[in-house]
Amino acid sequence: MKKSNFKNPVLPYLLVAPQLVVVVLFFFWPAFDSLRLSVFTVSPFGDRMIFVGLDNFVNLLTSPEYYRSVYHSFLFSLGVTFSCLSVSLLLAVLVNQKIRGLAFYRSAILWTFGVAPPISGVIWLFIFHPTYGILSYLLARVTSLEFNWLLQEWVALVLVIFAASYAHLGYNVAFFLAALQNIPGTVVEAARVDGASGLRLFRSITFPLLSPVTFFLFIMNMVFSFFETFGIIHAVTQGGPGDATTIMVYKAYVDGFVHMRMGLSAAQSVILMALVIFLTVLQFRYTEKKVSYS
Amino acid sequence: MISSAPGRKKRKWEGSKALVHLLLLVAVFLICFPLYYAFVLSTQSMEEVMVTPQKLWPSSHLLENYVKIWARVNMGQLLFNSAVVALAVSLGKIAISILSAFAIVYFNFRGKQVFFWMIFVTLMLPVPVRIISTYQVVSELGWVDTYMGLIIPLIASATATFLFRQFYLTIPDELVDAAKIDGSGPLRFLWSVLLPNSGPSMAALFVVMFIYGWNQYLWPLMATSSDKMKVVVVGIASTIPSGTQPPEWNLVMAVAMMALIPPVLVVLFMQRYFMHGLLETEK
Repeated sequence: MKKSNFKNPVLPYLLVAPQLVVVVLFFFWPAFDSLRLSVFTVSPFGDRMIFVGLDNFVNLLTSPEYYRSVYHSFLFSLGVTFSCLSVSLLLAVLVNQKIRGLAFYRSAILWTFGVAPPISGVIWLFIFHPTYGILSYLLARVTSLEFNWLLQEWVALVLVIFAASYAHLGYNVAFFLAALQNIPGTVVEAARVDGASGLRLFRSITFPLLSPVTFFLFIMNMVFSFFETFGIIHAVTQGGPGDATTIMVYKAYVDGFVHMRMGLSAAQSVILMALVIFLTVLQFRYTEKKVSYS
Repeated sequence: MISSAPGRKKRKWEGSKALVHLLLLVAVFLICFPLYYAFVLSTQSMEEVMVTPQKLWPSSHLLENYVKIWARVNMGQLLFNSAVVALAVSLGKIAISILSAFAIVYFNFRGKQVFFWMIFVTLMLPVPVRIISTYQVVSELGWVDTYMGLIIPLIASATATFLFRQFYLTIPDELVDAAKIDGSGPLRFLWSVLLPNSGPSMAALFVVMFIYGWNQYLWPLMATSSDKMKVVVVGIASTIPSGTQPPEWNLVMAVAMMALIPPVLVVLFMQRYFMHGLLETEK
């Protein structure tokens, strides 16, 4: 709050109105409506809604299929988060060294922020292509292991993890780099004087100082891989083979828009909502986000 | 720093510098290779693509492939739609967030806290957790398959509102007092004092939000039904037929190139703003 401000009985309401209309109409109302829909089911002829209480949730929580999508979501999200964060941290440390050509190296890494996950997915799909892809070709030369994402569930999972991590690399490097640049040079110098260097310096000084940003990025990457990667699954694997890459968001979409089971899909939305609220609250609790309500 | 063996230390540093370069070159190669590979494939004929391994330098079919797929999927329209959505979403977010942040910082009014809290909560409601109901609202409004339907549901922004709020809080009170003495009202103050000073924040937000808008997938997929309203990122899925017919990979890659070049150029040319924007919006 400013000490000095304007007085007008109407204007402030007009100013917040556009945003509030959008928020109410496209966020709050749909969120409440999802809650409402989650306790209904569409009649067999699709003409009316029947109240079923918590049946949709019971259905989900007793269906092995749903648990598999939860399991695959966590495998996928943790896979993306850990692979992407570790590679990004390494890259950020490298582009934070005092060397020539930094501008080139940074650009050559950060551009990936512009790549849409589904586009990344399509490119990696071809790289993994069992017949034509260069990766399959190279792997076939060094090993006799079969490497076919259309047949092998784990290969499909690796494919979508690669595609998602690739599209999210620039984002993570940018945050790690900024955090590294915020570490005071004196701290590092002092540690060097004490004889720390290389890996030891990193492990005992730099990495602990990066823990807030690492935690923040952990949450953001989980949110990203749960909620922003739908396009990769939809454009590349359609949840397959079998249901190996059917993540929760994809399943909610398929149940709602392909199988037209609105209630069941809404119940899944509600569960996802609980998850994203949990992750966001966790993030705010631990990173002391600078939000104050006064 | 005191060192008993400066020569050795220096040599060691030179050596590790070389190692840093080496690691970075490998990393840059691995990161840029998929893009290069996609580009090379987009210049080859299907015969060339179906030879494993493909030649790794550009072939002569670039123009032919791009022209062919441009006509087939109505690429001009796809790119136009993506540009409209990305621009409208980014500028719309900036505009309505400036207005709400201005109201929240410079006015005292009933319900202010509640409004601020409501904007904040949208952070916890990404598109996938309200798909069906949002679609129904848009459908009630008759906005399915229109630009309105593609754009408006995406333009609320908690992050942009926070960013402008933080920024306004740093503007000295004296400026408001001066404006009042001059007899200028709040809108005049917003227009001639706040906006001219918000350039860097707006540019930073623009980059991040433009990419957000361009790269949307789930919402445009649901909110459109005709090919005429499709955006390019969604359009790529339709170039990969799911049936028995093998995709024409060279053409698929041509679409991928055209879909990713605009946002990547925005990142590269506005890199300074992009870093700033990313960090500020997520603070």
